[in-house]
Amino acid sequence: MINRIWLGFLSLGVVVAMAKGQPEMVTKAVTVGSELAVQTALGLVGTMTFWLGLMGIAEDADLIVILSAIIRPWVGWLFPDVPAEHPAMGSILLNMGANLLGLGNAATPLGLKAMAQLQELNPYPDRASDSMCTLLAINTSSITLIPTMVIAVRAAAGSLNPTEILGTTLIATGCSTTAALLADAYYRCFHKSVGGWKKC
Amino acid sequence: MLVAFLELMSHCAIPLLVIGIPILAHFRGIDVFASFIRGAEEGLKTAIRIIPHLVAMLVAIELFKLSGVLDILLEILKPALGWAGIPPAVLPLAIIRPLSGSAAFGFTVDLINTHGPDSFIGRLSSTMQGSTDTTFYILTVYFGSVGIKKVRHALIVGIIGDIAGFLAAVYICQSIFGRG
Repeated sequence: MINRIWLGFLSLGVVVAMAKGQPEMVTKAVTVGSELAVQTALGLVGTMTFWLGLMGIAEDADLIVILSAIIRPWVGWLFPDVPAEHPAMGSILLNMGANLLGLGNAATPLGLKAMAQLQELNPYPDRASDSMCTLLAINTSSITLIPTMVIAVRAAAGSLNPTEILGTTLIATGCSTTAALLADAYYRCFHKSVGGWKKC
Repeated sequence: MLVAFLELMSHCAIPLLVIGIPILAHFRGIDVFASFIRGAEEGLKTAIRIIPHLVAMLVAIELFKLSGVLDILLEILKPALGWAGIPPAVLPLAIIRPLSGSAAFGFTVDLINTHGPDSFIGRLSSTMQGSTDTTFYILTVYFGSVGIKKVRHALIVGIIGDIAGFLAAVYICQSIFGRG
């Protein structure tokens, strides 16, 4: 899927740029895109190092395992293939919590920690597992309770009520997360997976 | 009241984690500094591992934007918006939102400043900005960090979420704020 979309973006982009007589746009896209990629990745290093360090402490003290055991009854049903008291549940919860509170800087490292722990359970290392897809569904549709950046922009632009969009955002994000989780459950249950069709 | 509580939570969550985890671990007999260093060593490795995935994806997205494919797509979709009561001004935001977080934020700031934060477009774009995340970026970074190349249904699920979020944002803003 991602394979074809990527190929589609590249070929469409090059063909249209050539057809418009602007081949230099291709060069520009390559330069801008790759520089942005490295900047973004390196920009993550600092906070990621810190949060992974903090998670290292939590891991060594078995805090993540304890947290996993506590929250499993509530969110465990979303991740049926994660064994009871596996630390991945704890990291997933911390990632969801950071997303809810709008703490983007902490959410990504915590989510990547959860991915690394889910990868330990994954029998096919280059292929996403069911739980990974569910974690991605939650993250891409982002359940944010307070969109801090948007409120700041609205306030700066002189809004009479910068926070009036809190309710609408909450409903919209609730719809997107629900739709993503339903679609994920549909694909998980009724789509052909490695071992043939799966029934839920 | 609820908003104030949530804001307090979001301000206090990080200080609480930063002090809470090391103190709890200390009382459980852990050498917190050594454990921190052990965990932190993964930070740079993870970031480096993401780079190839991110370069591939961001170059493709830049090409999509700069070459004019985005403009063509917008022209095709524009007529469909009229009957749904969706202002054409928010269409670029809807398309760019899953592709590029920084570009989408730039669009939102621009729409808020051009049309006014309390206009329908201002409120709708504010709602859209907060209702979903940058699907392609999250997918690339999360799967890239563990070397996953086959993403299975994760991409289509993310896009379904984006479309649902966009339509919900339009509907909710129309119902609550009116089309003004």
